[in-house]
Amino acid sequence: MEDCLAKKMEITVSEAEKRTGRNAMNMQETYTAYLIETRAVESQNEGQCSPVDSLWRRYSEFELLRNYLLVTYPHIVVPPLPEKRADFVWHKLSADNMDPDFVERRRIGLENFLLRVASHPVLCQDKIFYSFLTQEGGWKEMVNETGFQLKADSRLKALNATFRVKNPDKRFTELKHYSDELQSVISHLLRVRARVADRLYGVYKVHGNYGRVFSEWSAIEKEMGDGLQSAGHHMDVYAASIDDILEEEEHYADQLKEYLFYAEALRAVCRKHELMQYDLEMAAQDLTSKKQQCEELATGTMRTFSLKGMTSKLFGQETPEQREAKIKILEEQIQEGEEQLKSKNLEGRDFVKSAWADIERFKEQKNHDLKEALISYAVMQISMCKKGIQVWTNAKECFSKM
Amino acid sequence: DTSLAEANSFSPSMPISPSSMINQYKFEDEPELKDLFITVDDPESHITAIETFITYRVVTKTSRGEFDSCEYEVRRRYQDFLWLKSKLEEAHPTLIIPPLPEKFIMKGMVERFSDEFIETRRKALHKFLNRIADHPTLTFNEDFKVFLTAQAWELSSHKKQGPGFLSRMGQTVRAVASSVRGGVKNRPEMFTEMNDYMETFSHKINVLDKIAHRIYKEEREYLNEMKEYGPIHTLWSASEEDIADSLKGVASCIDKCCKATEKRMAGLSENLLPIIHEYVLYSEILMSVLKRRDQIQSELDSKVDALANKKADKDLFSDGIGKLEDKVECANNALKADWDRWKKNMQYDMRSAFTHVADNNLHYYEECLATWESFLASQRVEHHGEEDSEDRP
Repeated sequence: MEDCLAKKMEITVSEAEKRTGRNAMNMQETYTAYLIETRAVESQNEGQCSPVDSLWRRYSEFELLRNYLLVTYPHIVVPPLPEKRADFVWHKLSADNMDPDFVERRRIGLENFLLRVASHPVLCQDKIFYSFLTQEGGWKEMVNETGFQLKADSRLKALNATFRVKNPDKRFTELKHYSDELQSVISHLLRVRARVADRLYGVYKVHGNYGRVFSEWSAIEKEMGDGLQSAGHHMDVYAASIDDILEEEEHYADQLKEYLFYAEALRAVCRKHELMQYDLEMAAQDLTSKKQQCEELATGTMRTFSLKGMTSKLFGQETPEQREAKIKILEEQIQEGEEQLKSKNLEGRDFVKSAWADIERFKEQKNHDLKEALISYAVMQISMCKKGIQVWTNAKECFSKM
Repeated sequence: DTSLAEANSFSPSMPISPSSMINQYKFEDEPELKDLFITVDDPESHITAIETFITYRVVTKTSRGEFDSCEYEVRRRYQDFLWLKSKLEEAHPTLIIPPLPEKFIMKGMVERFSDEFIETRRKALHKFLNRIADHPTLTFNEDFKVFLTAQAWELSSHKKQGPGFLSRMGQTVRAVASSVRGGVKNRPEMFTEMNDYMETFSHKINVLDKIAHRIYKEEREYLNEMKEYGPIHTLWSASEEDIADSLKGVASCIDKCCKATEKRMAGLSENLLPIIHEYVLYSEILMSVLKRRDQIQSELDSKVDALANKKADKDLFSDGIGKLEDKVECANNALKADWDRWKKNMQYDMRSAFTHVADNNLHYYEECLATWESFLASQRVEHHGEEDSEDRP
């Protein structure tokens, strides 16, 4: 990790700003721009503060960067972007993209994305990524010039491969299965968590109604008045406390969401493997059939049915010269094919090796992060309980004075 | 202070016999002598050709001389309680007769004869009789004694005596009529204050009733979601290795918190909700007591007016007026004393009910806190374990 960019450079997404502009169809649009600030980390001179460079990027540019990374490094589990639209919201949160809370959480998510890429041993060395952080103008053109869009595998081809591949690496099959399960269980969890948050909000807020009634009631009581009034105040405090609690929980939800989206990145690597394997199998199949054809022509026997064989039988066999020519062409093709197969095999093996190395790295990161997230969830629950104990202790004291 | 001790000395939630009530009472500090212990329990269904109804067992233990025996066991149905209440109202129009549970429960989906409904009613009936027993005047009422001691057929024949349905109707009609007339001219300041107080109190207690029910409902919905939330973590742990234990730990914590929530809800439904409901009923009772007092007063007032107009038969009238004046004075004093007593009891009941709510919530949060802290400790131990193994050569 010594060459890792994150160690050499401080990266933050420090601000978000609403902008208006014209889109590709010359229609006015509103979007949010994010300020990326970078600063070289001077480990030796602690007193010195190196200058901060900054530039603005919008979400679509982050998407472009990620798509480039996905195509260019298909064997890497590429970190995901925060969600484009607010999902798994409970009623109090707005599903509006322009909502300041959503924008804020997205800002944090984008920063997290950049830090993930910057601390990845392979991705951090990418020039396009570096330019994304440092070069304001002409970055889009630079990315497009790499021609990465052409290298992208078509989805149809990938889908085809999924169903037709005969001998995928078992580990990748298991990994795909795992990523499906991970995606399914985290979405379920997030959905129920949102409902739990909704209900918890309801419980706390209804207690707020006590405040007003107690206050009005205390007006007609002599001895009970003070106790009622002050208890009512604590009920108001209790009701208000849920807002901060649930806001903190949103950050926990965001941590889970990241791994929900990581599941998709895992699947992308598996798909790439399937595609390569399918390509390999097709090439091997093609080679075998060509070899067979060659053999048939050379020995004059027809082991397998072929249209050519039938037509030549019907319309007369070809001349020896024609046959020789065909054999020569096939032999050339076979040689080409064998070389291609060799290199495809090598490619495939390299892919599996490097992909699996990144997957192991990813697994460790995932286990560490999710464990930390669960711990932070426990810490949040503990804090909520402590606040509850404090409020109800105070309320109890007031009630006892009634 | 008698009134505080009375409110304290019985708990209808525990199915205890009068004997154990006596024992329990002996351990309390109050030196006041309680000589009448009543329990209401053992609901039984009776099916006849015409109707189905429930009877409750009423057991009385007493050391009072006016009772022939020291222990009685009778069966009473809701109708009998209604009869007792109306007799007490008749005999003591300006005393505060404790509330009876309602005939039907409109809100909620409680069936007429569901176990929950019967149990709630039983507890309320138990409280009703004990409140009467603790009342300095009502406890010596003859109908009350008959209610506690008479066998079924004796009670039936006793019920048939005395002023009938029509006379009771008459009283109600008069009371309504006098209230329609818009209050009473010479109402003492004190009772106007009581009226104003009761109007506000009645409004507030009804709002409190709604709030308490709403809180219960929200807690139940929260519990339902939490019950689904925990198991998802267990499901997830099945596809994980390293973090499986942490996930299972979280699932277990959520499960424990669910149980704590159930306890919290039970506390509400067993304590706060019934008490607030009783005071909703009490506010209606008090309003009618005030009306009845006004009505007694207006009887006097109208006679005084009649006297002022009709100069004849002065002596006859003044004698009648004297009786009425006594009647009014008695009624006012009785009400005043009972009002003070009621207020003290209300204060005690409210303080105890809300303190109980606070305790409930404290237990809930303390339990949840312990659960999560122990989970956290287990996670951190693992962490340290991993760190140590890295340091080892």
